[in-house]
Amino acid sequence: MSLRWFADWLDTHAWSTALHESLYMYPYIETTHVLGLTLFVGTLAIVDLRMLGYAYRTTPISTISQSVLPWTVIGFVIMFTTGLLLFYAIPVRTYHSVWFRIKVIMIVLAAINAAHYHYRISKNRILWDTSPKPPRSVRMTAAASLFLWVVVIFTGRMIAYNWFDCDRPQPDWVITIAGCVLDEVASL
Amino acid sequence: MTLLDVFQRLEEMWIGEAIRTSYWLFPFIEAIHLVGLALLGGTVIVVDLRLLGLTLRSRPANQVLLNARPYFVLALLTMFATGVPLALSEMIKLYYNFSWWVKISTLGIAILFTFFVRNPIVLRDNASSVTLAFIGLVSLVLWFTVAGAGRWIGFS
Repeated sequence: MSLRWFADWLDTHAWSTALHESLYMYPYIETTHVLGLTLFVGTLAIVDLRMLGYAYRTTPISTISQSVLPWTVIGFVIMFTTGLLLFYAIPVRTYHSVWFRIKVIMIVLAAINAAHYHYRISKNRILWDTSPKPPRSVRMTAAASLFLWVVVIFTGRMIAYNWFDCDRPQPDWVITIAGCVLDEVASL
Repeated sequence: MTLLDVFQRLEEMWIGEAIRTSYWLFPFIEAIHLVGLALLGGTVIVVDLRLLGLTLRSRPANQVLLNARPYFVLALLTMFATGVPLALSEMIKLYYNFSWWVKISTLGIAILFTFFVRNPIVLRDNASSVTLAFIGLVSLVLWFTVAGAGRWIGFS
C-alpha cells in the first residue's frame, strides 16, 4: 500500500473535491480527455497503419513520422494532462480500480514498445523507409502499438463502472488485484 | 403517430431490450464506439490538417485523402454499427436530450459535407490553397462538434 497514502493525501485537497463535484469543470475535462483520443490514438493509428503497410504505402515512413507524430505528441500531452486531473478529482477510488490498474500497465507496455521501436528497430530504417510493406519486426511493433492502445481505450472507459469497486462484495481475486483494504470494507 | 411514438417503438425493439437487460453489453459496445471514434478522428484530422497545410505538406492533398478514406469509411461504419444499438437502448432519453439532437443533426451535415463537398473538391485537385484550408477548418469544426455533443449526451 505504498501509493495509497499518496491517493489519500490528494483526496484531502479541497481542489480535488471541488473538481469532482463541479457542475461543468469535470465534464469539460472528461470531454477533452475523450476528444483527445482522436488526436492521440487517431494520428498514431495513421502512423501504425503506414508501418503495417496498410496505408500511405508510397510515402516514406520517415515522412509520415516527422509530419504526423508531432500531432500525436500534442495529443498525448492533452491526454496525460486531462488524465492527471481526472485522477486528481477521484484519487482513492481510481487508485483501487481494477480497470485503471490494467490501463496503467498497458500504457507502460505501450511506452516500452515505443522505446523499443525508437532505440532498436528504427536504427536501420534507411533500409526499409520507402518499402510499401516494411520488415516483420516493424509491423509487429505497429500491431502491438495498435493493440495496446485499443486495450487502454477499453479499460479506460470501464473505470466509470463500479462492478469491481472495493465498497461492494467482491471475490478474493478482485480484492487482491484492486488492493482493497479489508478493514475499510468491513466498516462499510 | 408522433415522433415520440416512433422513438418509443424503437426503444421497445428486441435489440434495445437486450442491451438494457445486460450488465456488460452497453459498456462493451460503448468502448468499441470509442475505438471507432479514435480512428474516425485520426482519419479526419490527418486530411484536414493537410488541407490547412499543417502536416504532410510534401504529399499531394488528394493522395493524403485517398489513403485515409478507406479507414475513414471503416471507422464510420464502426460508429454506426455500435452507435445505433446504443441509441436503440435509450430512445426516450435521447428524445429529450438536447445534446443528442445537436449531435445527430451535425452528424448529418458533416457526412454530407465530407462526401459531397470536401472529398470531391480535394480529389478534383484544382482548388486554391485558401479554399482547401477553409474546407479543412469547416470539416474539423463539424466533426469535433459531433464528438463533443456525443460525449455530452451522458452529462446532460
